[in-house]
Amino acid sequence: MTSKQKRRLKNDAIGYSFILPNLIGYSIFILIPVLFSFILSLAEWDGSSNPIVFVGLENFRHLMDDSTFKISLVNTMKYAVFTVPITIVASMLLAVLLNSKVKGIAWFRTAFFFPYIASIVAVGAVWNMLFQPDYGPINTFLKMIGIQNPPGWVISTDWAMVAVIIVSIWKYMGYYMIVYLAALQGISGSLYEAAGIDGANGWQKLRYITVPMLTPTTFFVMVMLTIQCFKVFDLIYVMTGGGPGRATNVLVNFIYNAAFVQFKFGYASAAAIVLFLIVLVVTLVQFRGEKKFVNYM
Amino acid sequence: MHIRNNAKRIILYVVLIALALIMLVPFYWMLISSLKLNKDVFSLPMKWIPDSFHFENYKVIWGKLPLIMFFKNTSKLTLFTTVIQLFTSCFAAYGFAKVKFRGRNLLFILYVTTIAVPWQVYMVPQFVLMSKLHLTNSHLGLILMQAFSAFGVFLMRQFYISIPDELCEAARIDGLSEYGIFGRIVLPLGKPAMATLVIFTFVNVWNDFMGPLIFLNSTELKTIQLGIRMFISQFGAEYAWIMAASVCALVPVVLLFLFFQRFFVEGIAASGIKG
Repeated sequence: MTSKQKRRLKNDAIGYSFILPNLIGYSIFILIPVLFSFILSLAEWDGSSNPIVFVGLENFRHLMDDSTFKISLVNTMKYAVFTVPITIVASMLLAVLLNSKVKGIAWFRTAFFFPYIASIVAVGAVWNMLFQPDYGPINTFLKMIGIQNPPGWVISTDWAMVAVIIVSIWKYMGYYMIVYLAALQGISGSLYEAAGIDGANGWQKLRYITVPMLTPTTFFVMVMLTIQCFKVFDLIYVMTGGGPGRATNVLVNFIYNAAFVQFKFGYASAAAIVLFLIVLVVTLVQFRGEKKFVNYM
Repeated sequence: MHIRNNAKRIILYVVLIALALIMLVPFYWMLISSLKLNKDVFSLPMKWIPDSFHFENYKVIWGKLPLIMFFKNTSKLTLFTTVIQLFTSCFAAYGFAKVKFRGRNLLFILYVTTIAVPWQVYMVPQFVLMSKLHLTNSHLGLILMQAFSAFGVFLMRQFYISIPDELCEAARIDGLSEYGIFGRIVLPLGKPAMATLVIFTFVNVWNDFMGPLIFLNSTELKTIQLGIRMFISQFGAEYAWIMAASVCALVPVVLLFLFFQRFFVEGIAASGIKG
């Protein structure tokens, strides 16, 4: 063995000694389950000592005929279609406001970020009380300003999703506000100065400088948010439990019920693969879109 | 010009204060409700400042459910997960950032790819695997499944990459082993990133709901988040108590947040710029 080979071998040993503690745990508890989910999606299994039966794409065929699955998919999309754009606009505008250099601005940032770190169970409990249809503060307020029949919120099939969307936006807006703030601080002040000399007003600066300069961030936020929407579970579970009826039953609710209520592990994994494919497509669209539309200076 | 700027500033403050109040109203409502009598929480007209403060609510709730046990369980899970996460992530990150070995890039790509896979995609097979290893309904199982996230390795590695190689090279010439360079140079320099990782892991594990929901059945193993759920289902109409329990569950994270806010903000900002 030459000394060069020896050195390489030694480097390999050192390198692996560093990553092994993590790699072992990571392989057993994350990597293998990820790979296993593809296999399980092709099988039928109740989790007992009964053997796993391979059924090919049967689970996926069943999913396509399953009305609950279809509803959960539609509900998830509804949730995403409203949550994503509203959160983007709200967090961007907030960031622009909070980028001002005035006294006490750090306190305001803290206030807006606060809901993000609060536990979903606690937050869900409060909002459910705020949304209480008969005596809750929200409906009391709506009656006060003259709305005769305020919505039933979480107990109404038409309004439960709206309630969940409102809470989601409230909870996650602060997180993306911070992402936007970091991006705003990267925009060169000379752009605004130049626009000011040309006589641009505040709105024009926002419209023609800030928003275009933030496109890469907006793309990133859009993808993060969309993925986050497709994997929503906790908030809905604690606020509505997927109900009333199936009104807020989302994709992960479906996976959870199939696996841990009905013990159809293969079927649940197939639905999880659908979730994976959606996330994959969203991520790929981002990569393509970033190259095409994003305005880099 | 000066007057216009002042007017603008006042408008800005008014807008900011109004928005901040809207954001914080749910927390304020939670706090005042936790100090009311159960029957007064929804009484009309609504009282934004209660007539009397019933601090005894905070005493009563501890006897209603084993909340102390839930707190202990949550603290244990949080502590062990965070320590294992931090220790193995820093170690692995040094390997990926500063040691050249065969298979490094391939392994790193594998790590990065799985960051993009949501846990909800593989939670079912993970549960199956854990039950085969007899690790379901145990704290150990929950700790192990959350302690090896690829995110931790990624975060630390990105930070270590920014530490100049010349620094390590100089130490190598001085005769320090790789472990010595890691322990004496890279690890201390990486403290800010470690703080970010600790805080994010802490908050995630403390607030985690779905993991314990799936993995823990026995009451004596449950976490504070599951505890509040139990509280709601058993004392559904005792609104003040539910709010008091919720406030208790928030306190540790709130304290952590107020003291280490800087690291939260830096962590998020870094992840945003990366994208």
